[in-house]
Amino acid sequence: MNRNNIAFWSGAVVFLAAVLVMTRTIGNEYPFFAGYVILQFVVLSVAWSILGGYAGYVNFGTNAFFGVGVYTAVLLVEEFGAPLGVQIAVAALVGSLLGLGVGLLTMRMRGIFFSIATIALAIIIETSVTNWRFVGGAAGIQLQRPAVMPPFDSYVKMLFFVQALLVVIAVATTRAIQNSRIGRGLQALRDDELAAECTGVPTLRLKLLACAISGALISAGGAPAAMYLQYADPSSAFNLNYSISVLAMSLIGGTAHWVGPVLGAILLGVTQQLLAVTISSEVNVLVLGIMLVVFVVAAPKGIIGLLRRWSPLRAKDRS
Amino acid sequence: MTPSIASEGSLLRIDALTKSFGGFVALDNISVEVRKGERFGLIGPNGSGKTTLVNCISGVLRPNKGVVLFRDEDITPLPPNQRARRGIARSFQIPRPFKSMTVMENLMVALDFAAGHNVLEPASHRRGTAMSILTRMGLASKADEATATLTQVELRKMELARAMATGPKLLVSDEAMAGLSTSEVDEVLDLLMSLAGEDIAIIMIEHIMQAVMRFSDRVMCLDAGKIIAIGSPTEVMANLRVQEAYLGT
Repeated sequence: MNRNNIAFWSGAVVFLAAVLVMTRTIGNEYPFFAGYVILQFVVLSVAWSILGGYAGYVNFGTNAFFGVGVYTAVLLVEEFGAPLGVQIAVAALVGSLLGLGVGLLTMRMRGIFFSIATIALAIIIETSVTNWRFVGGAAGIQLQRPAVMPPFDSYVKMLFFVQALLVVIAVATTRAIQNSRIGRGLQALRDDELAAECTGVPTLRLKLLACAISGALISAGGAPAAMYLQYADPSSAFNLNYSISVLAMSLIGGTAHWVGPVLGAILLGVTQQLLAVTISSEVNVLVLGIMLVVFVVAAPKGIIGLLRRWSPLRAKDRS
Repeated sequence: MTPSIASEGSLLRIDALTKSFGGFVALDNISVEVRKGERFGLIGPNGSGKTTLVNCISGVLRPNKGVVLFRDEDITPLPPNQRARRGIARSFQIPRPFKSMTVMENLMVALDFAAGHNVLEPASHRRGTAMSILTRMGLASKADEATATLTQVELRKMELARAMATGPKLLVSDEAMAGLSTSEVDEVLDLLMSLAGEDIAIIMIEHIMQAVMRFSDRVMCLDAGKIIAIGSPTEVMANLRVQEAYLGT
């Protein structure tokens, strides 16, 4: 283990410990209720950036993967009464298979065509779920939370901790990809797919891998939402706002480094939560749009791009 | 020519290769052999099928008919990345660097994926290998520069360096000298000559005749998808059909 790894994993442990202490000391549930959404967006954005950032394949179907995560959980609860851990694990598996399927179907699609195909996918899956009576159909379905597990005293606090754990898993995975030859291969295929292929990069295999990992993490991040809301319906689980928010968070943060989507998700997530309590939740989308425009014009490489310009944090220092 | 019988030291063998785009036949029943370590010049007027042939060798295009054998192995169905790992490298007519990376990182892609290095080998070893290739190409001082800052001749050299980093047995150079000044042409030509010395065969596509004449052991001339002449550079240049194809009648 080198120094960067030690620093990263100590950071992760400190983060999880802090989260655990918070759940033990803060009595009010609201901070956890709001914080859960922010952590969820960190997971989604980091996962999205594997395919959208490193590989340059802009996925507009985040909502498809998210919704599939939610409904996998719903199905497992309804059919088997499966515990939360199983819900998340199976959602990750289903998400990775879906990612693989998307990758295979869109093998020769690039740029905007890939993005359109992912939107189409989201619509197809949403329509299917809407017509599936067992999981509630268009009307949605109510879910009963099971008893909370110790050491937590409320289910929302537990979900907050679980989502924090998913943040660590998602970030660690993305960081590992970024620092490995897979990351370099994805970067090469983003720059020039043909040149990458002729330089020995198995572009198709790497693309499929990126689709599968990104899909697995997005679905895993979505799975606890079923228990969080105690309710699921197709139009909110497959809401296109997830895609747009995640895209904006990743781009505003910057996709050159895993820190980018984390910063973007925290910045936008916190802003959204503050706006939701102070003005209205509808203003969210407006602010999101304005921030995206401002960043695209003023800082096309996102917060990461700004940091690199101002500090000696160079592309070489990948940690 | 007896392409069906593998001669001693054959590296690449193309047998009855045909490639058409719709009704247009870009390559028509091409059979040719390149030997180990050979310097092979490929000439022909624009649109004669040179780049299509390169694309069939590197795997970017699949031929409609015929086979490509490399080191006695049929590689016709293989994608470019597997051919690269087996030892076929190429440069592009218009340089295609990985734009978001430094020169060094461009080479690291090749070392990571094509050169058959052990995954557990420390990155510092590979950096050393990359650096020694860059030094040979005269690009050592540019190792940590972004590719956007390179001049045209440096980009050409970077492409050759990246191709060399894959550890090739066959290097296909597709007009690596196009658009360069006379002194730069000599520079790149000297580089190619020195690379060919060591068990690496080079197929050089070029319009600059002095370069082809100086470089090649053998020259092949394509016209309208057919081989119209193959042999020593002087023989091919003396061929009437070649002169016709180039100068018109």
